[in-house]
Amino acid sequence: MSLYTLHYDVPGDDFTRAGEASGDVKAQLKKLGFDPGTVRNVVIALYEAEINMVIHAGGGVIDVEVEPDSITMVLTDHGPGIPDIELAMTEGYSTAPDNVRSLGFGAGMGLPNIKKYTDEMVIDSTVGVGTVMKLRVNIKE
Amino acid sequence: MTVKELAQKLELNFLVEADADRQVLSGYCGDLLSWVMSRAKEGDCWFTVMGNINCVAVAVLGDCACIVLCENAVLDDDARLRAEQQGVNILQSEENSFNLSVKLGKLL
Ligand SMILES: Nc1ncnc2c1ncn2[C@@H]1O[C@H](COP(=O)(O)OP(=O)(O)OP(=O)(O)O)[C@@H](O)[C@H]1O
Ligand SMILES: [Mg+2]
Repeated sequence: MSLYTLHYDVPGDDFTRAGEASGDVKAQLKKLGFDPGTVRNVVIALYEAEINMVIHAGGGVIDVEVEPDSITMVLTDHGPGIPDIELAMTEGYSTAPDNVRSLGFGAGMGLPNIKKYTDEMVIDSTVGVGTVMKLRVNIKE
Repeated sequence: MTVKELAQKLELNFLVEADADRQVLSGYCGDLLSWVMSRAKEGDCWFTVMGNINCVAVAVLGDCACIVLCENAVLDDDARLRAEQQGVNILQSEENSFNLSVKLGKLL
């Protein structure tokens, strides 16, 4: 049973708006009374995934489902896909172009951060088709 | 210590004074956003040379007390606007992050 759902369209290559969806989710979860630790885990993971969609995939959509015991985030894009997910998950691995690096992105820490701050992370990616990332954060009692 | 007190003691200039009574609890140094995102803590004074709009987003999401632009690093116009809208304190110094961190460490 889902208590609450949120949907966002994330425009591609617009760095001035990147992070807006994560910011809104943070505000909503705070309003719903979630503890700061849970909110922090959700926000870190969602921000990294949102930014990746903007930088690497030309944007996409985010669906968030708030349930009594967990928060699930599904990020769907129609970008180039990730050819080697294991490699992409390695700390320090990045294909970010120079113009993006000069903004402070490209440390290759986004996907490892997502892994660290979520209880479940599933990447389903097909080269030339796109990427679906499903993230779940359990709510601690 | 509040951000205002920090500004006086470290001789920082306010570029955006949004919530100067916010408490500074600790600090973090870094320019790579996904490091900062996962390591900076609530109430941190964040020392960096990155003054773009994405830094404002990271400071908001990470609940930083303020951003300090070291070595007179430039604040972009759209970043300034966003910081004003979202209530993020941004300060500037000609000193580097090492010297500023040493000073902050002595005050905490
Ligand atoms: N949605 C996506 N579509 C296509 N490729 C992706 C996507 N997300 C990640 N990648 C690939 O995985 C790599 C690693 O991603 P990760 O987020 O860990 O690092 P980064 O985005 O390059 O840098 P950072 O997140 O530290 O700023 C990226 O450089 C990119 O090649
Ligand atoms: Mg990334």
